[in-house]
Amino acid sequence: MAQFNYLNELNSLATIDGPLTRGPLQRWAKKTNNENLNPSLSASFKNHSNVNLSSCNQSMQKLSISTNQSCNNSVLSSNKTPTRNENKKGKKTPSKNKSPGRSTTPTPNKASKTPNKADRFIPSRSNSNYDLCHYMMNREEDKTEEVVAQNAAGEAIGRALTDTEPGRLLQYTCKAPAAPEGYQNRLRVVYSQAKVPSSVKNTTRYIPQAPDRILDAPDIVDDYYLNLVDWSESNILAVALGNAVYLWNAGTGQIDQLLTLEGSETVCSVSWVQGGGSHLAVGTSNATVELWDCGRIKRLRVMDGHTGRVGSLAWNMYMVTSGGRDGNIVHHDVRQRDHAVATISGHTQEICGLKWSPDGRYLASGGNDNLLNIWPVTQGQHYSQPQYLYSFNQHLAAVKGLAWCPWSAGILASGGGTADRTIRIWNVSTGANLNTVDTKSQVCSIVWSTHYKELVSGHGYAQNQLVIWKYPLLSRVAELSGHVARVLHLALSPDGTTVLSAGADETLRLWKCFMLDPTKKKEPTDSKAAKSLLNMNSLIR
Amino acid sequence: MSQQQTKNCITLRGSAQIICEYLKFAINSVLFQRGLYPPESFKAEQQYGLTLLISEDQQIKNFLTNLLTQSEEWIVNKKVSKLSLIILNVANKEVLECWDFNVQYEDGDTALSKEKNETVGSKDLKKIQQEIRDVMLQVAATISYLPFLDCRCSFDVLVHARTDCDIPDKWAEAEPVAIANAQNVQLKSFSTSLHKMETVVSYKLVD
Repeated sequence: MAQFNYLNELNSLATIDGPLTRGPLQRWAKKTNNENLNPSLSASFKNHSNVNLSSCNQSMQKLSISTNQSCNNSVLSSNKTPTRNENKKGKKTPSKNKSPGRSTTPTPNKASKTPNKADRFIPSRSNSNYDLCHYMMNREEDKTEEVVAQNAAGEAIGRALTDTEPGRLLQYTCKAPAAPEGYQNRLRVVYSQAKVPSSVKNTTRYIPQAPDRILDAPDIVDDYYLNLVDWSESNILAVALGNAVYLWNAGTGQIDQLLTLEGSETVCSVSWVQGGGSHLAVGTSNATVELWDCGRIKRLRVMDGHTGRVGSLAWNMYMVTSGGRDGNIVHHDVRQRDHAVATISGHTQEICGLKWSPDGRYLASGGNDNLLNIWPVTQGQHYSQPQYLYSFNQHLAAVKGLAWCPWSAGILASGGGTADRTIRIWNVSTGANLNTVDTKSQVCSIVWSTHYKELVSGHGYAQNQLVIWKYPLLSRVAELSGHVARVLHLALSPDGTTVLSAGADETLRLWKCFMLDPTKKKEPTDSKAAKSLLNMNSLIR
Repeated sequence: MSQQQTKNCITLRGSAQIICEYLKFAINSVLFQRGLYPPESFKAEQQYGLTLLISEDQQIKNFLTNLLTQSEEWIVNKKVSKLSLIILNVANKEVLECWDFNVQYEDGDTALSKEKNETVGSKDLKKIQQEIRDVMLQVAATISYLPFLDCRCSFDVLVHARTDCDIPDKWAEAEPVAIANAQNVQLKSFSTSLHKMETVVSYKLVD
């Protein structure tokens, strides 16, 4: 550095006061004189690039390294100038000089030819060959003009890059329309359900937050429209897994396989006869309803009547009612040879929820057409009239979760799918919608408790939880999470203490969420069950 | 000779078509994924080995068709540097989100170009589609971090063209838009070897 400052001084002296006479000349001065070139080094540098001499010092030192590797003219010509911006230009220029107007994103470091990877340059003077460097630089004189041109091009690119004003901003004047008036972004479900207002009411009873047991349910069909579990009053749980139906004795833990369907058929619904009998109705993808005697593991009969898969079943005494993908409701009298006593065109799309009220007076059906229909029973019969009493269209998605209140006649809870996410309580005697609650998640199934004034619902994305609701306020009592995929089906144990949830994660979880307080015992339900069992046996031949 | 025939060759026009096809699917994808329009107004289509949703709304379709045919013309003539899809709040015209599609022009296969006497690329179409697929998947994944658009929204597309670009009929100059407190996310880019497409989404950061 010092010697170049000195050099600067020397030059200024030389231009103003004439040649320096005192002292010997530097070696470089001798050489320039010998070659009879412009003695003013600073001037020649100015031609190359508009940098001052001190920066040339740097470049010179750099060059010394470059020359050690290869005396490459292009390295020399693309002056290693101190600012990063200029450096970028210099590097970019040679490849881009064909069309300088283009704007490209610079990748300054990739093309860097300098061998040092560090962020700082530490000169090694012992390697510097100043004589050679100086000679090389002066030899570049003839290329100066080209360099200047390249620099100009580089600056143009630099402007294009830094310029925030692109040439022209155009728009097409015939605009696309805005979203329709009143349209609400459905994605609200994705954004709003993570945070649930914690209106969880304090209850005196203890609700275990973890499942009591977890059973495997491999190959359970992840389909919202099916009904694949049912828990009988004789404490046997029927589960349909793929094309097979298994019976799990909840008392003994024994598992039996009831049936396997042929070929690619799958079981779409299972439903136990009322009152603890051993008859199970099975709806298949082949549009048939099969009746099985689970005591003898024997198929009793196959009943047709649908043109699509049978995804929902409901018993009313000796009548099994089936809802199919064809939207029809068929009442099968299982005792008669001509079983199909009535066929009702109930929905325009697949029926996924079907429940008889406990007193057998109303049939509720929910379909993928977002309708919830209430059908009154035919006088003196056990099947419904062909004309609905009410058709509720308040749900905005398929209605699958349906449950009649066990203690109050004519009260029905219904839950809608992803786009709806509400649980609605209906009084079918008056047709009134008593209460509505937004659950923030798809409602897959609803079950009422028989011990408490509560109901439990199974949900889908994002929490895949069970929620216990207080009736009639519909305030949250508890949330039971554990499933890693949506809760497809729910079933209540015959003693009313345990809720079984079947999830799309191929597990069945048993939640003891309605345990009775041992201090206040209720009358055992056994006698009632036994009575109805006798009743049923007299009805089914 | 046979080798020459089997060698993949993308013309400038073809490359622009790929770019505009990508823009069509990307814009539709954004409209669907961000829930700007009712989901029932979209139709599923198979493209790039993915199921993508395309708006069935006649007005939106017309808008995009006109926009993209014009853009294709401009891209062929290297007039366009960027297309910006902006999402506006209908009520107060505030810009909530901006999807920048940066177009860069590349040289393609110079050897082949000389042979054919026009600028052509030789990148494998499968490879390009794979790259586009990666971008489309990223577009679909953006809903996980983009803020919820809790209002009636509309969209518009601004074309950043060069100054020497003529303004066709029914087109007009637009004001540049800015998003307050913006956050930028750069998605993957793809290249047809003649055009490079970069996708950047900027959105309003809400705390």
